[in-house]
Formats: sequence, C-alpha cells, structure tokens
Amino acid sequence: MSGDGKSGDWPLWEVFVRAKGGLSHRHVGSVHAPDAELALRHARDTYTRRLEGVSLWVVPSTEIVASDPDEAGQLFEPAESKIYRHPTFYDIPDEVKHI
Amino acid sequence: MATVAVDPRTDYLLRLGDDALVLGQRLSEWCGHGPALEVDISLANLALDLVGQATLLLGEAGDGDKLAFHRDVLDFKNCLLVEQPNGDFAQTIARHLLYTTWQHMLLQRLNQSSDRFLVEFATKAVKEVAYHRELAAEWTIRLGDGTEESARRMAEGLDWCWRFVPEMFEVDELQQAAIDAGIAPDPRAFEDEYRSAIAGVLGEAQLAVLADQRAILGGRRGHHSEHLGHLLAVMQFLPRTYPDATW
Repeated sequence: MSGDGKSGDWPLWEVFVRAKGGLSHRHVGSVHAPDAELALRHARDTYTRRLEGVSLWVVPSTEIVASDPDEAGQLFEPAESKIYRHPTFYDIPDEVKHI
Repeated sequence: MATVAVDPRTDYLLRLGDDALVLGQRLSEWCGHGPALEVDISLANLALDLVGQATLLLGEAGDGDKLAFHRDVLDFKNCLLVEQPNGDFAQTIARHLLYTTWQHMLLQRLNQSSDRFLVEFATKAVKEVAYHRELAAEWTIRLGDGTEESARRMAEGLDWCWRFVPEMFEVDELQQAAIDAGIAPDPRAFEDEYRSAIAGVLGEAQLAVLADQRAILGGRRGHHSEHLGHLLAVMQFLPRTYPDATW
C-alpha cells in the first residue's frame, strides 16, 4: 500500500462467518476498520466475496479473552486420558450432517 | 473502430455500459494504492461489479470487447462524472456517491422497462449498486464528520464533482426516444428525490449543501473532458497493440 500507515490507527476486528444456515459462525481472520459498521463492510469485502457466507459477525479484537498458553497443561491435558468423553461408542446415522 | 450506434436502444445500452466501464476502470486504478488494505480490496470489489455490469450492457449493445477496446474517445457515451480523475480518496468517494445514488434510483425504475434484457439487468445490478451507494454514503459521513482535514477533503471532492450532476438528468433527443419507447425511465422524475437524498447524506456528514455551479454537459454525445482519453489509452493499449493476443 502506498498509504501513510494511518490505517494502523484503526482498531482491529475479528471476523466470524456463517457459511450456511445451520452451521456455527467460524473465525476466519481479522480486518482493520474505524468503527463497527465499516468493520462489517470490510469483512464482507475481504472474506465473503466468493459466496463464502450468509451471516457475518465482527468483534473488537480487544474484547476477545484468550486462555493463557502457560496454563495449557492444566487446562487441556487432563482431558487427554478421558476418551470415554468422546461419543465414539455408537453409530451416527448417515442423514445427520455437520457433526 | 466500432461503429457508432444511432438507434435509441443501442444508444441507451452504450450510455449505461460506458458509465459502468469507465467508472470501473477508474476505480481499478486504486488497486495497490488504497489508503488501507481493506479499502483497497473494497474498491477493487466495486470496480469488478462495474466491469461486470459493463460486460452485460456492452455485450447486449454489440461485440462487447470491440466496443470497450477498439472504440475511440468521441464514440464513448458515458457521463462526464464517471471519467473524472480519482483525486484523493475523498474525491473518489464523492464521485461514487453522486453517481451510484443516481444509478440506484435509475435501476429501481429500470425494472419496469418494456425491454426484457434491461429488466433482467436491473434486477441483478440493483443489489450491487445499493451496496455501492450505501458504502459511499458511509464514507462520506465519516470523512465529513471526521477530522478537520478529512472534512475539508470531502468538501473539496464534492465541489469538484458537483458540476457534473446535471448531465445525469439531461434528456436529449435520443434519450427522449428511449423514454417514449418505454425502454428508459425519465431521470427527471427522480431529480428531486436525488437532491434530497444527497442533502440527507451531506447533513449527516456535517457538510454544507452544495451550491449549484455552471453545469457541464456533453459526455452523452461524445464531448468528453481530456481525462477520458488518458483513461482509454491505458485501458485500450494492449488489445490495440496486439489485436490477436489471447490469454
């Protein structure tokens, strides 16, 4: 870009796209924008120009609360040894999509 | 060189098609130069919509590629507004607001045309153009109601473009024939609505209502500003230099 870098002043927004009805919104990336309305438009132009979505969310990146990587061990490892928590012991009918 | 159309329907297709082609080419000049990556992509999307519209309209008027790339400047029928230089981002937005607000109002009426192609075209394009119009209004409001510098630039951009607005509401003989045939809507029917829509956006943008200037006319009859020739030189260079090139 030949700009003067002023877009760095714009806050960052996380973008979530619902690909089609029945699916959840998924995080696809982020955009810079001066406010929520333009963040939606930038998200539309950046992430849905090839028919990727039917619904968009934008969330200020500063509003995302992330887990602490240093606590990954105590947060996630205890689940590793508990395979009985996976619903793998029965068959899913073919007609059920998106599981 | 492609032949010049004289029947009202072909002439009307060329007017709308050339508007879309020239404005699309203008916007594509921003590619890689946008004030932010997101704006760059946004402007390129608008350009692609317009080039798509031009492809349909010029394809209906004749051989679309020949009309776009092998026609001389005096045979282009676009209005003068769309050929005006990009200037800064604010001037580009001013041009887009003034053109797409008009284009949107036109397309909303064009779907009652007696011409089947134009009805289909309008039905498809009206959604694209509604987005263009809203986006241009959003930016006008943010720049006008932004910093001292952005408000000054927005006002200057609008001031540059405003004298080209009356041409969009001018009805000459060929256009009157298209209106009489039920092909084209009469733009004068929505001039008041247009002016109050623009005034509404300017009000929200904290910008002064624009004073009328001496209207500049003639684009529809091929009397263009010097800017169009330069635009066409860039756009037409390759197919004119290598007429048999394929890719």
